[in-house]
Amino acid sequence: MRLQPKTILTDPLINDNPITYQILGLCSALAVTTSMMPALLMSLAVTAVMSIGGAVISAIRHQIPDNVRIVVQLTIIASLVIVADQILKAYAFETSRQLSVFVALIVTNCIVLGRIETFAMKNGVGASFLDGLGNGLGYSLALMSIAAIRELFGSGTLFGVTALPTIADGGWYYPNGLMILPPGVFFIVGLMIWAIRSWRVEQVEQPEFRIRHVHRTEASS
Amino acid sequence: MSAGEIDDVPEPSGNRRGFGAGLRRLLSAPKNSPAKTLLVPLLVSLVSAVLVAGAAIALRPQYQANLERNRQENVLAAAGLLEAGQSIETLFEQIEPRVVDLATGDYATEMDPSTVLEAQRVGDPLVSVAVPPELDLAVIKKRSRYAVVYLLYERERLKMIILPVYGYGLWSTMYGYVALAGDANTIVGLRFYQHGETPGLGAEIDNPQWQRLWQGKKIYGDAGEPVIEVVKGQAARSGEAATYQVDGISGATLTGRGVTNLLRYWFGEHGFGPYLKKLRERAEVMQ
Repeated sequence: MRLQPKTILTDPLINDNPITYQILGLCSALAVTTSMMPALLMSLAVTAVMSIGGAVISAIRHQIPDNVRIVVQLTIIASLVIVADQILKAYAFETSRQLSVFVALIVTNCIVLGRIETFAMKNGVGASFLDGLGNGLGYSLALMSIAAIRELFGSGTLFGVTALPTIADGGWYYPNGLMILPPGVFFIVGLMIWAIRSWRVEQVEQPEFRIRHVHRTEASS
Repeated sequence: MSAGEIDDVPEPSGNRRGFGAGLRRLLSAPKNSPAKTLLVPLLVSLVSAVLVAGAAIALRPQYQANLERNRQENVLAAAGLLEAGQSIETLFEQIEPRVVDLATGDYATEMDPSTVLEAQRVGDPLVSVAVPPELDLAVIKKRSRYAVVYLLYERERLKMIILPVYGYGLWSTMYGYVALAGDANTIVGLRFYQHGETPGLGAEIDNPQWQRLWQGKKIYGDAGEPVIEVVKGQAARSGEAATYQVDGISGATLTGRGVTNLLRYWFGEHGFGPYLKKLRERAEVMQ
C-alpha cells in the first residue's frame, strides 16, 4: 500500500489516472467536454466532492455499519453534490445551464464511489482527502485535455476565445463535427490511452488469456 | 440479523442517562450492531439535510437574481435590444412589464408582474386555466390566466410588444418570446430560450439566420385570424403569402409545425388575440 502523501496526490495524475488508467467516469467525460468552461466547472465540482467526501467518510469510517455503508456513503456524496450544484447555479449560472443534469449525476460517477470504497473506508482522514484531491485532479487533467482538443478542433475556440477562425465567421478553418458529437470522445480517449501506455509501458495490462498455437499433430491427438 | 449480533449491544452502563451518555454508548458499540445500522444512516441523513437546506436557503437570493437577469436577457434578445457593453439591468429599464388578463385582453392593473411570474413558476392553480382540447394547438393543456407582457415606448408611442409563448415541438416544450412592432401585427424578432429539440435539426430554431427570416412577417390575415406559418421547404417569395410564410428548417418539419401551432394558439382567440385586437383598434384611433 502506497501511503506517502506525495504519491497519494500525484499517482492519480498520470500513473493511476481515473479516466485513462482506471477507465472510470467516461460518461461525464463524454457529456461535458464539448467546450472547456463547462469541463473546468465540472472538474472543480468533482474534485471538491471527492476530497471533502473522502475526508468526511474516512472520519466516520469506524462507525459505518457494513450492511448500510453504501447508503451512508451516498447520502454524504449526494449532499455534497447538491451543495456544489447550488453554488454553481448561484455563481456560474450560464455555465451551470450547459452542465444541466451532469453536476447532479456526479453522485453516480464511478470514480467517487470507487475511491471511497477502496481508499477512504480503509485510510486516515488526511490520506483520504489527498486521495480524493489527487483523483479529482487526475480526472480534471483528463477532462481538460479532452475538452481542449474537442473545443479547438470542433469549434475553433479555446474557453470561447477564437483560436482557429472558422469558415462560418469568415476564417479558414472548417470545424470537425465529429469532435462535438459524443463518439468523438471515444477516439480522443482511445488515442490518449494509447499514447500514455506507449510512454508508460508498465500500464499495459497482461492479457487475461493467450491463444495457444498448437501444432497440427498435437491437435489431432 | 442473527441473534448473536443483538447480544453485541453493550448493556446500559450504570445509571448514566441523557443525550451525551447515549451518544457515547452508541459510538462505543460495535459498528455492525442493529442499533447502529439504524441510527448511523439516520444521523448522517439529518446532518446532511441540515447542510443541504442551509445551502439552499443561503444561495437562493443569488440564484433567483440570476433567473431574473436571464429572463430579462431573453426578453431583450427577442426584441433585438441587447447591446454589447451595456448591462442587462440598464437596458431593461426602458421596458415596462404589464400584466394582461388573457380572457378579456385588458391590463390587470391590480396584479403585480413579479407576483404573476412567481405564481406561474410554482404552477399556482389559482392562476391556471384549462385549455379546451379543440383549441389546444400548442399542446399545453393549461395556461396561466394572466400573462406578463413587455412594452417598449418611444416618445409616448408604443414601439414594441414582447410576448411570452410556448408550446410543444417534436420532443419538448419550446419556450420563447416574440417581439411585435407597435402595430401589434408585424414581427420584430423571435427567440426560443429553452427547448429540447434535436441538435443540428430542430435545435436550429436557435440559428440566428433562421430567426432573421421572421423579421417583418405579419401574424394576422385580413380576417383578423393568425395566418403566420412555418412552411415545409421554401416560403413564397412574393405575393400575399410571402408576408406570413417562413422557410422551414430542413430535417425539422415537425419542430416547424410545432412553432406554427404554438404561434397560432398564442395569437389566436384563446391566447393574446383579444389583447392584440384591442391594441390594434387603439392604434387605428390614434392615427
